[in-house]
Amino acid sequence: MARKTYFDVTRLPGFSTIAVIVFVMLYAPILMLVIYSFNAGSSVAIWDGFSWRWYVTAWQNEQVKEVTLRSLMLAASAATISTALATMAALATTRKRAFRGQTAIYVAINQPLMVPEIVTAVALLILFAAVKVATGYQGMGYLILAHTAFCIPFAYLPIRARLEGMDMALEAAAADLYASPWQGFRHVTLPLLMPGIAAGMMLAFVTSLDDVVISLFVKSAGQDTLPTYLLAQLRRQVSPEINAISSVLLLLTLVLLTTFFLLTRKKD
Amino acid sequence: MQSQPQQQGKGASVSEDPAVEVRHAIKQFGQGDSAVRALDDVSVSIRRGEFFTLLGPSGCGKTTLLRLIAGFETPTSGQILLDGQDITNLPPNKRPVNTVFQSYALFPHLTVAENIGFGLKMLGQSRADIAARTAEMLALVQLEAMSTRKTAQLSGGQQQRVALARALAPRPKVLLLDEPLSALDLKLRKEMQSELKRLQTETGITFIFVTHDQEEALTMSDRIGVMSRGQINQIGAPREIYAHPTNRFVADFIGETNFLIARMQGGVATLPGDVALPLPGSRADGQVTLAVRPEHVRIVSRDTAGALPATVSHSVYFGTDSHVHLRLADGTEVVSRQQTDAEGAASPEAGTGVGVSFPAGAVQVLED
Amino acid sequence: MSEAESQRRADEVRRSWLLSTPALIVLFLGAMGPLLIMVVYSFLTPGRYGNVEWVFSLDAWRGILFTRDIFDDTLKLADAHLTIFWRSLKLSLMTTILAFAVGFPTAWFIATRPRHMRAFWLFLITIPFWTNLLIRTFAINQIIRNEGFLNTALLKLGVISAPLQLIYTDTAVFIGMVYVYLPLMVLPLYAAIDRFDTRLLEAGYDLYASRLTVLRRIIFPIVKPGIVAGSILVFIPALGAYVTPRVLGGGKNMMIGNFIELQFGQGRNWPLGAALSVVLLIIVAAALLVYVRFANRDSTHG
Repeated sequence: MARKTYFDVTRLPGFSTIAVIVFVMLYAPILMLVIYSFNAGSSVAIWDGFSWRWYVTAWQNEQVKEVTLRSLMLAASAATISTALATMAALATTRKRAFRGQTAIYVAINQPLMVPEIVTAVALLILFAAVKVATGYQGMGYLILAHTAFCIPFAYLPIRARLEGMDMALEAAAADLYASPWQGFRHVTLPLLMPGIAAGMMLAFVTSLDDVVISLFVKSAGQDTLPTYLLAQLRRQVSPEINAISSVLLLLTLVLLTTFFLLTRKKD
Repeated sequence: MQSQPQQQGKGASVSEDPAVEVRHAIKQFGQGDSAVRALDDVSVSIRRGEFFTLLGPSGCGKTTLLRLIAGFETPTSGQILLDGQDITNLPPNKRPVNTVFQSYALFPHLTVAENIGFGLKMLGQSRADIAARTAEMLALVQLEAMSTRKTAQLSGGQQQRVALARALAPRPKVLLLDEPLSALDLKLRKEMQSELKRLQTETGITFIFVTHDQEEALTMSDRIGVMSRGQINQIGAPREIYAHPTNRFVADFIGETNFLIARMQGGVATLPGDVALPLPGSRADGQVTLAVRPEHVRIVSRDTAGALPATVSHSVYFGTDSHVHLRLADGTEVVSRQQTDAEGAASPEAGTGVGVSFPAGAVQVLED
Repeated sequence: MSEAESQRRADEVRRSWLLSTPALIVLFLGAMGPLLIMVVYSFLTPGRYGNVEWVFSLDAWRGILFTRDIFDDTLKLADAHLTIFWRSLKLSLMTTILAFAVGFPTAWFIATRPRHMRAFWLFLITIPFWTNLLIRTFAINQIIRNEGFLNTALLKLGVISAPLQLIYTDTAVFIGMVYVYLPLMVLPLYAAIDRFDTRLLEAGYDLYASRLTVLRRIIFPIVKPGIVAGSILVFIPALGAYVTPRVLGGGKNMMIGNFIELQFGQGRNWPLGAALSVVLLIIVAAALLVYVRFANRDSTHG
């Protein structure tokens, strides 16, 4: 059974090589996508020199502008509402003695994470089709409701983590120093919770911006979001314009994620 | 507005009327079979202006009792009175009582000065009053230079002072301290002990101090309440508790003690080896446990009248003194503390036959 | 409990419920409630132009596995459906296995970096996880399509004379799903390995174990909760995948997700789509139950 051994006990042969390949493979396609967004030619495989041309094209494309604004508006609404609701729910389910039904609340909050997107999408289509017929309302409300629902668990997680990491005695200290429950929340809990709330909001925003399946089934005619627009474009011929739009979206995600990491890492 | 915290008096004058009274407090956690009784019918009366310590091992209920007085818990039954007023069901923010938490619980998002002024702000005092009182408190704990720092930038000892200043700023009627020194290293702990005593004397505020450290309790307190298993075993001044423990737990928990089984009859105890020891003060009858501190156990020659025959089993040298372990005729082990004398004379050798005696006044007859 | 005590407790619980209610309402309207309505729809009759007619029918449930022969009106196994189910299951399992095979070394690699570097490597894994799934799938599409980068390069180098047909095959879907779901495998594996006490390895080697034995007998059993979590996290979305098969598999290489969508589009058979969704939901619930059982059992002894 004896094999050759280097005496680093944590080293397993071949593991580092596989890991490095994984990291390369993970980033190579994205990198290619970004590189070809700067292609002067209209191919995504043959390099014809550097150019901003596709960014200009995308910028001048009225439809792209429209769907981008709609996506940002949708993500902002869904993130704001879901974060507010998730904050309240997190305050209700942490730092207290467990109560009957608490597990049910956890399950309900995490439920969107457990159900395949396509199933939720179809179920929403069925419900909203009936509601649209019954009420005649065709607006953005459906998309906002659907996005808010699946953003709640993403907003909830960092807020809950932050709450659980807080010293239980802090609120007791506030009460001991004559703060009413509301004052304690306003002057102690809320300011300390802010990084968690901001982090939750960012994750919710990214999640909403990411969604394609649920939007596809829920949207009414003329309510394309950026992802559903991109998906429709794929059917047609591909040009680096899509790469340019994708690269901008990637950059936005990257900025939000970096902020998120800085927010959650910093411990005061 | 809540009742105004009392004017602070100069000098610790302990008066007889109680600042805090706990009457038959029972605190039960959980229900049914899994119920745990953290406090089992505790009654205690704490005098105005005294430094009162609740001493006991972890899990004895001392922190629960403190939290009951602070208002973080409500008793399952019983009453809590502050200056004669029933505060049993008042929430913590309506009680003129402040706490120094074990973890300090300083607000990390506020500066030192903002922490100290927090209680006053919540009480709705004017900015000028808050600033004045905060400055006064900063001076009291010698942290004037730190007022604009965030609390995370302070050392453990400094955080401790901020916690104290924050709790004292609203002029509470009673200050509760929940093992506040346990996070500090030994040297700092000694410093803070005298610092706490100084603050208590200067402010004249009633201190209720919780600790598991007997030395801390003995050096700082006016009176100590020794707790075990949710009950108060004995209340008394440090000297009284040390010299006259009423039961085996108190005798064992505070200092070191030898326990001897004896038979009592008509004020005379019969010790192992049939040695009679008159204990005129005791009216106990039958088998009893006697407690004798090691420093009162004298090693004498075997044939001394009234001495218990014993054999030296071994001795341990501690520098200023050494502990000589002796075995009595019935096998009971007894420890004698021998002060190291100027010559540094050696302890008796193992196996030596000796006699053991102690003055009748040093013997405590225990209740159980 | 005293009256005041139980009163306080009751107030606290009521406040907790009140605070949770808004979130619960939104979740009910936007996530849970629709699932219940979907179950009802699976027992109705398809409408002529989509939607349903409110007539009870078990046809949708029968239709999952069987078709009615138009000539002699007998029930036959629906081969086309079975092919789709089999492809979904096969691709999801293969995705899980390959994701584990490359994800475990990656997680191990991250966990054995110096402490201050781990956050960085972890961040590198997390970025793709949060990056738009459509864009990532699209990036793969661009590389492997016939006129894409890979074929162009290989043609230029003379390795091949005609473009490789990679796009719109099962292989493309497989590669795409591994690529897209890999971070979901690495993150829980890393969490489990990070808690792993490396002194156990020293003990293992000290007791004459080989590297393979150490891996099989010490590492795998201890990080099993992470393995189970990672596998479930990859398997569930892979089984319900919609975007990846659509972008990389084209119209022919459907998975369950695309098949469900079809019923709400050209298929005009909403009850069948609803019934298929319920089936998918049941499979996912079963997988989660397996996970809960494993996770609970293992957490009791470390």
